[in-house]
Amino acid sequence: MKNTFVPNPKEAESIHIIREVAAQFEKPVLMFSGGKDSITLVRLAQKAFYPAKIPFPLLHVDTGHNFPETIEFRDKLVEELGLELIVANVQDTIDQGKVQEEKGRYSSRNSLQTTTLLDAIEAHKFDACIGGARRDEEKARAKERVFSVRDDFGQWDEKNQRPELFDMLNGKIHHGQNVRAFPISNWTELDVWEYIKTENIKIPSIYFAHKRETFVRDGMIWTASEHVYREEHEEVKERMVRFRTVGDMTCTAAVLSEAESLEEVVDEIKASTISERGARIDDKRSEAAMENRKKVGYF
Amino acid sequence: MSTENRKLINIATAGSVDDGKSTLIGRLLYDTKSLTTDKLEAIERNSKQKGFDYLDFSLATDGLVAEREQGITIDVAHIYFNTEKTNYIIADTPGHVEYTRNMVTGASTSSAAIILIDARKGVIEQTYRHFFINNLLRVGHVVVAINKMDLVDYDQQVFEDIKKDFEALIEKSDYSEDQVKFIPVSALHGDNIAGSSEIMNWYQGPSLLDYLEALEIDEHEDNSAARFPVQYVVRPKTEAYHDFRGFAGKLYGGNLSVGDEVTVLPSFTTSKVKSIHFFDQEFEEATPGSSVTITLEDEVDVSRGDMLVKSDELPKSEKQLSATICQVNSKPLRLGTKYILQHGVNQVLAKVDSIEGLVHTDFSGTEETEQLKLNDIGKVNFRLSKPIHFDPYGDSKSNGSFILIDEASYDTTSVGFIQ
Repeated sequence: MKNTFVPNPKEAESIHIIREVAAQFEKPVLMFSGGKDSITLVRLAQKAFYPAKIPFPLLHVDTGHNFPETIEFRDKLVEELGLELIVANVQDTIDQGKVQEEKGRYSSRNSLQTTTLLDAIEAHKFDACIGGARRDEEKARAKERVFSVRDDFGQWDEKNQRPELFDMLNGKIHHGQNVRAFPISNWTELDVWEYIKTENIKIPSIYFAHKRETFVRDGMIWTASEHVYREEHEEVKERMVRFRTVGDMTCTAAVLSEAESLEEVVDEIKASTISERGARIDDKRSEAAMENRKKVGYF
Repeated sequence: MSTENRKLINIATAGSVDDGKSTLIGRLLYDTKSLTTDKLEAIERNSKQKGFDYLDFSLATDGLVAEREQGITIDVAHIYFNTEKTNYIIADTPGHVEYTRNMVTGASTSSAAIILIDARKGVIEQTYRHFFINNLLRVGHVVVAINKMDLVDYDQQVFEDIKKDFEALIEKSDYSEDQVKFIPVSALHGDNIAGSSEIMNWYQGPSLLDYLEALEIDEHEDNSAARFPVQYVVRPKTEAYHDFRGFAGKLYGGNLSVGDEVTVLPSFTTSKVKSIHFFDQEFEEATPGSSVTITLEDEVDVSRGDMLVKSDELPKSEKQLSATICQVNSKPLRLGTKYILQHGVNQVLAKVDSIEGLVHTDFSGTEETEQLKLNDIGKVNFRLSKPIHFDPYGDSKSNGSFILIDEASYDTTSVGFIQ
């Protein structure tokens, strides 16, 4: 019997896209949040160039309000794989007076990230930013191209996108423009979890059930932290929770869970009747929250 | 990954405005329990806000503000759902004439198409266009969903008449009768979508979902021999892999094995496959669709855009090209225009030598034209700066298609299907 390689179509497609980014652009970067999707991207990039190293750095836009477990994981991963990590801090953007910290009940640094990201792209002259966005996440993202051209203000023109035919990717851009490249566009949340399970990829501990100080607002479970605005009557209680998606503490809600292993997490996702972004506080702002953020340069 | 044992089916939808495409997809999602509670609640909320007395499932797929504002689909949305057996990706494409380009985009990656027909209107000009595009792109399976049966009293005769009209179209096309399936449905009420309809008991065939579940898809739809376009040269230059020079790419067509005699195009130098790598493992053989890395026995010159093929299965290598073009940009294609032609991952310069004619999408033939405007389909001859190495589109979708890129704006202006 021949030792025959049979591809997983979604994995093969993603690797094809990542190689196109590396080949077509001069200064690509992989946007890394420490979440499961960007961790999956790192594994796919490893596979794309093995036995050579990943030929581009990682960029983390750090709001300063991240879960400490995520940051710890990020630093360990970078060290283990010998990758270059660039951290762009939202705090710096605030200190420069370019954006203003939000106040009050729903204050978050989530939307402030856009300015920090665009500044980092300009400063490092990145011409392609690889991101872990998936079309199944959110309906504005369902409209996204694999190679999405942004103008020199970082803007997305949703009505004037380049058609993408077959698997031919046109990455030609003018100086100052950049491309947001989304290799796992066609994956679903379940695809990602099943992949992490099969590949046995390490992920931050906050994805598994753990005890955490939390409070409930608007039917969602918020993390009790100095970074998260809380009113006196909002009672903090220790709950057994995990996270399905990882933004920072101000925009990601937890879910009640007992799932301690990847098997249990996958089973939980399969049985869930709530979408992944149902726990994203940033999407609840309005019907077009994501589209509006994307238009101005959010990833 | 369990997608390995679940098959993957890419589907494109086509239909005119208000034929109910988005509703049909929403209904499929709803009936397969793919709509999560929060999304369903949003649909209920928004339907109520708009004053509808039914659930407006199009709200599940029309993702842009401008779409919800106008109640139309502007751009392709990709919708995903899984059943126990299958992973589905549906390209929900707009029905407006001016968005034909998006329909071509959606159909380019699809192996099955759903064409919607409004039972009250029957086969109309748009239907010709939709079917023609599927025929041109050789989408393997077409299911004609005759929708809004509820508005024609679920009348069997209406269904039969439309079917008969459509069968006349099939005769003019390259499709055989068994590649096209007709199903009477009501997307709004869910008749024959995921389950059979009690009202239309005169219809004995499968529901739409049952039909899709039973489809046998040849995933790569490629009758060509092994084609390996080189995307990227892997040179680790580390101590452990000091001399490693691997060629990374995606394999199309046939299998490729260690020991195979290969020819490198365009240099026509030959060598043998030394090893096939995928991540930290080595394999003796790769099957189509593999994104692998290959090393060769000899130190031959291979760079991005080159293609490895088996030496006894060479593709055509030519500097002249005849192709059917679909114009996907508002800047017209004219005689003498120069483009960057991207064939797979390879780019050459191309000049429009002659425009043979504008193709009518009602299968009635061609007419003379000086230019191809947005959404036009035409036959065009090109002269290339360097030869490309291709198979006819009918044999290989990946090696028989190309895109044209405008030299000034860098926009993708056209897609071509090589004859």
